[in-house]
Amino acid sequence: MKAYLSRRYRICASHRLNVAAFSEEQNRLVFGKCNHPYGHGHNYTVEVTVSGQVDETTGMVCNLADLDGCVQTLLLDRFDHANLNRDPGFSRAVPTTENFCTLIFELLSGAFDRAALERVRVEETGNNFFELERKA
Amino acid sequence: MMLITRRADFSSSHFYWSDRLSPEENARVFGKCANRNGHGHNYTLEVTVRGEIDPVTGFVLDLKELKEILRREVVDAYDHRHLNLELPEFRHTVPTTENIAIAIWGRLRERIPGASLHRVRVYETPDLFADYYGEA
Repeated sequence: MKAYLSRRYRICASHRLNVAAFSEEQNRLVFGKCNHPYGHGHNYTVEVTVSGQVDETTGMVCNLADLDGCVQTLLLDRFDHANLNRDPGFSRAVPTTENFCTLIFELLSGAFDRAALERVRVEETGNNFFELERKA
Repeated sequence: MMLITRRADFSSSHFYWSDRLSPEENARVFGKCANRNGHGHNYTLEVTVRGEIDPVTGFVLDLKELKEILRREVVDAYDHRHLNLELPEFRHTVPTTENIAIAIWGRLRERIPGASLHRVRVYETPDLFADYYGEA
């Protein structure tokens, strides 16, 4: 039987929304306080959903320890307590939460093979979040 | 078509152990969850049903009735119980979050008048949950 397993992780990181090709005024206009020059930070929550057949012996879609280990190496070690603007993944992209969510989806889908990656949801604050789902 | 979700809570103990695996394999696969003395969680159950809105009552179904069904079929059976030792569905099936969601689906299917079961979501902790949609 196919089930979906979701796990939530925390990443504390700073960022600044700024496009080099824009003028200072354009950046202020488009990004508002997110463009303040020295950056700011968030407690992000990353929710990862994977799916698969529940193994008859273990009762699991995948071993949580494998998912935790993959997220630790790929995401937490890299992004937690870091400045997203300095990350190579954002060398050409603004570290909006949309782009952060997309980067996380790409990193996980390229590395985690114990179950199908269904969805990545990144909560920037308790009031806004972004989701990317696997293409049907 | 409308989706309606009702939450309920139960607190239970369990452990992860498969007789198909050796003691060493159980320890390797399940880690601290394989401790045969068991441990416990405050589970949160989220049941989502699907149906048409009755033009007279404005209800898909009476939520009091859904609450009562969840209490009778799930909470009364699972709350303050040892899932491995007291629930027939886990006598030979590991009570992982995935399998709990599947078992609750089985308990509720065909028992919700006027609406069909859409999703069973079981939170083991606020950061870990499993979804089952009745898929094979």
